[in-house]
Amino acid sequence: MSNQWPLWEVFIRSKNGLAHRHAGSVHAADAQMAIENARDLYTRRQEGVSLWVVPSAQIVASDPSDAEALFEPAKDKIYRHPTFYDIPSNVKYM
Amino acid sequence: MTAVNKDDLFEYALRLGDTSLVLGHRLSEWCGHSPEMELDMAMSNLGLDLIGQARLFLTYAGEVEGKGRDEDALAYLRDALDYRNFLLVEQPNGDWGVTIARQLYFSTFQQLYFQQLATSADEQLAAIARKALPEIEYHVRFATEWTLRLGDGTEESKRRIQDGLNSLARFTSELFDSDEVEDRLTAAGIAPDASALRPIWQERIEQVLAEAGLDVPPPHRPVTGARKGHHTEHLGYILAEMQFLQRAYPGARW
Repeated sequence: MSNQWPLWEVFIRSKNGLAHRHAGSVHAADAQMAIENARDLYTRRQEGVSLWVVPSAQIVASDPSDAEALFEPAKDKIYRHPTFYDIPSNVKYM
Repeated sequence: MTAVNKDDLFEYALRLGDTSLVLGHRLSEWCGHSPEMELDMAMSNLGLDLIGQARLFLTYAGEVEGKGRDEDALAYLRDALDYRNFLLVEQPNGDWGVTIARQLYFSTFQQLYFQQLATSADEQLAAIARKALPEIEYHVRFATEWTLRLGDGTEESKRRIQDGLNSLARFTSELFDSDEVEDRLTAAGIAPDASALRPIWQERIEQVLAEAGLDVPPPHRPVTGARKGHHTEHLGYILAEMQFLQRAYPGARW
């Protein structure tokens, strides 16, 4: 494993105005190569207009065993969803 | 446009198409064999760009010829003597260093050449060149980055890219040659004057090599012949693989 190139996470913006979304990962020896590899792997079918690559080692992830503490409490707080309001009929997109 | 000999135009479109086709095929051979899966994809992408160019040039060649041959007939049913690709592009992939050296030499040339071809008096050739230029810009960038990486990498990577550059240098002179066909087309404003591009090409290559800490290959007697269909031994093997199916099962579709 040690002689493998490091892993990079790839984010693609599909259209101007939208946020970059995680698309997957690539191996690459340096940042420039990561961009090129991401371009060749993930944008061959016009998937995007902009790319970000981030060294996977730099991603800080939540611990799956903490999931209960982190996410359970949100489950019974339905009042946090804005579903109790009547949306005026001439508002088309919500 | 002054009256242009139809045979000249056909011949010229074949040269452009065959060069893209053969290099596209060569690059496709990396699929499944590259140093990394990511590079399998990169080489296949480059190859497909070139096959795309080849299809347009060969389709146009068939139209100019007017004998009912389409891109497939021209690609699959001509023998090595009738192929007009540059010798450089039929050279074996070798190792990664050789492949990158070949790509650096060729894409740098193709970019300069197509920038001129894009203003050709022949509308169709100009349109194909304009369509291909953004692809070629990426090919140049890819080859340049890799040359820098290998030259500036380990002792072994440096040796390999230098070997590739040295062994292929003798095939580069041909890119800038001409013959009667191309001279007539240049006079008619259709074909770029390739010889005029040589100093710029040389300067760009030397700039990349200097940055990569690599030596400019020593001068070598040029090897030429493509414009007459005189190829190195390697083209026959490429065609054998590429054409086998259509030769063995004429008209096969799937």
